[in-house]
Amino acid sequence: MDKEKTRILVVDDEEIVRDSLAGWLREDGYSVETAADGSSAVDRIKAESWAVLLVDLKMPGIDGLQVLEEARKLQPKASVIIMTAYATVDTAVQAIKMGAYDYLVKPFEPEELSLMMDKLITQQDLMRENILLKKALKQQYGFRDLLSKSPKMQAIFELAKVAGQSHSTILILGESGTGKEVLARAIHAESPRSTGPFVAVSCAALTETLLESELFGHEKGAFTGAILRKKGKFELAHGGTLFLDEIGDISQKLQLDLLRALEERRFYRVGGTDPIHVDARIIAATNRELKKAVEEATFRQDLYYRLNVISINLPPLRERKEDIPFLVDHFVDQLRAEMAKRVEGVSAEAMELLMAYHWPGNVRELRNVLERGAVVAKGPIIQCDDLGLPPSEGEAEPDSSDSLKEMERRHILRVLNEYHWNITRSAQILGIDRVTLYNKIKKYGLRPDDETSPSEE
Amino acid sequence: MADFMSYIYLMWIGNEKVEEGVLQEVKDNVGGIFGVPARIKKVEERPSDAFDPTRGQYSSTKILRWVLRDVPKDAKRVMAITDCDLYIPVLTFVFGEAQLGGKGAIVSTARLRLDLNGFPCPSRLCRARLLKECVHELGHTFGLSHCPSFRCVMSRSNSVLDVDAKSGNLCRDCQSLLIELQKKE
Ligand SMILES: Nc1ncnc2c1ncn2[C@@H]1O[C@H](COP(=O)(O)OP(=O)(O)OP(=O)(O)O)[C@@H](O)[C@H]1O
Ligand SMILES: [Mg+2]
Ligand SMILES: [Zn+2]
Ligand SMILES: [Zn+2]
Repeated sequence: MDKEKTRILVVDDEEIVRDSLAGWLREDGYSVETAADGSSAVDRIKAESWAVLLVDLKMPGIDGLQVLEEARKLQPKASVIIMTAYATVDTAVQAIKMGAYDYLVKPFEPEELSLMMDKLITQQDLMRENILLKKALKQQYGFRDLLSKSPKMQAIFELAKVAGQSHSTILILGESGTGKEVLARAIHAESPRSTGPFVAVSCAALTETLLESELFGHEKGAFTGAILRKKGKFELAHGGTLFLDEIGDISQKLQLDLLRALEERRFYRVGGTDPIHVDARIIAATNRELKKAVEEATFRQDLYYRLNVISINLPPLRERKEDIPFLVDHFVDQLRAEMAKRVEGVSAEAMELLMAYHWPGNVRELRNVLERGAVVAKGPIIQCDDLGLPPSEGEAEPDSSDSLKEMERRHILRVLNEYHWNITRSAQILGIDRVTLYNKIKKYGLRPDDETSPSEE
Repeated sequence: MADFMSYIYLMWIGNEKVEEGVLQEVKDNVGGIFGVPARIKKVEERPSDAFDPTRGQYSSTKILRWVLRDVPKDAKRVMAITDCDLYIPVLTFVFGEAQLGGKGAIVSTARLRLDLNGFPCPSRLCRARLLKECVHELGHTFGLSHCPSFRCVMSRSNSVLDVDAKSGNLCRDCQSLLIELQKKE
């Protein structure tokens, strides 16, 4: 209990009240400041952090309830005690409903105030301890920014830590939103190259020629538009890590170029004749089934072997449901910090729905759903309806993959319709990339005039 | 300012006459505990605006301000003692008030003379309580805040029971802190 660090703001329009009460509390060792009216109190709540606000209810101008309201918004962690005269006790009760910690009827016994302060400070200490405990747990169950309690993921973290120490190429596989990029960054951060650059290239985003010059750079005049010499991502990653994202999407020609660069550890800029040597650790990732692509001969087998030195397969979220409550907690914490709104968690029914859903967009989708929920929610607790997920009709875990697919089909269609078939936006909401979304549209044969819930037998 | 020239001034500003020998006892006690010689100063005036007729009590903050208007040049601290029942606006009463790390303090005998039912207590007990509260409030003026050890004279007392439960001395922590604080003065 570090009282000096416990900051108290006494708000009262009467000078002698402020001074005497501040003096009394200072004798207890608290660090106490005063504000003479509601508006300067609000200013100080905006500017500084407080553990306790002792606020007089009746003040000219901005009164105690308004200060309370602002404090709840600006500093939900601060406890507000309302001081009131006997005649205004009803309003004081209202203050409790608005989130005040407690109220004191003037004049109150010194003992009352002492006990209230002791209790409050103990509670705040406990809360702080809880937060620390939570943090420690996260560290225990996490690898940098990745969190997971599932044994499969724990084993992956162990593997990633070891792999990070080596120079070997790593291939990360997994569905969209399972954390491939976050894992790549974590491996880099844990590796001896952490002080070097982490350079990410999304291979799906560019045309063949653009990607080629993006990767290898080009000489001045190599093609129309190449006015200056440009370094490629390979060169930029020198001394660090090159992350080749969505490697499954590159053309046959680039597959060959890449293979050469990896085999020989050198390459040529587009239009260049001098070989360039680069020392970069390669991490590649894709949400495609690369092995199948090899069988179907759309992906070079030799390149696959080159990349697949150490491979890490991130399981989809639906295969590690124990992570859902844990991640919900984590994202709610994040959202609370990011949003000016009070977010405290999800209702029990909402959690059931989250557990039942099959998460085609995995962890990214979970985060998006929670973010949407936090925005839409009317109170601090996110309810089922706020999530915008398809209801978990009848059974939570449909064991027939048909109903699973049907659920996915409907959900995707709903989102598409909601966003007027804006593919980029819909993909974002679904937590999948645009290519994946296009594929799903093709797979389910969705069209803009489809109703949300047809295809029921 | 030479240190030997500095005193803790004690003054009685009660409505009744001060009980025989009490000030002398306080003087010897605080002089010993704080290592600063104390003096008794006779004051004839009384603060005029401190009484609140609706509460029937005296504002300790106002009395303290009145005491500090006029302080002897060689006063290291000023300790006023009164028989008036003291309050600060939001609280039902206070035993005393002090400026934390400041110059002045005040203690009231009004509630120290009574038990929890409002009956008078034996004079010896009352005097012991007064000694404790004087040390306590002076301790505040030297910069000590409340001590979690309930035997220590610097622990907070919200009732005479609390006062009776604590000793009249500083605990070891408060004692060493006092020495540090006095060095800095
Ligand atoms: N285990 C996890 N713990 C915490 N956050 C996670 C975890 N897994 C993923 N995330 C979060 O989910 C989001 C998506 O992760 P990431 O971008 O790494 O996915 P991805 O596998 O690369 O997806 P895609 O194939 O669509 O590119 C990120 O914002 C990340 O913070
Ligand atoms: Mg990615
Ligand atoms: Zn005290
Ligand atoms: Zn002590």
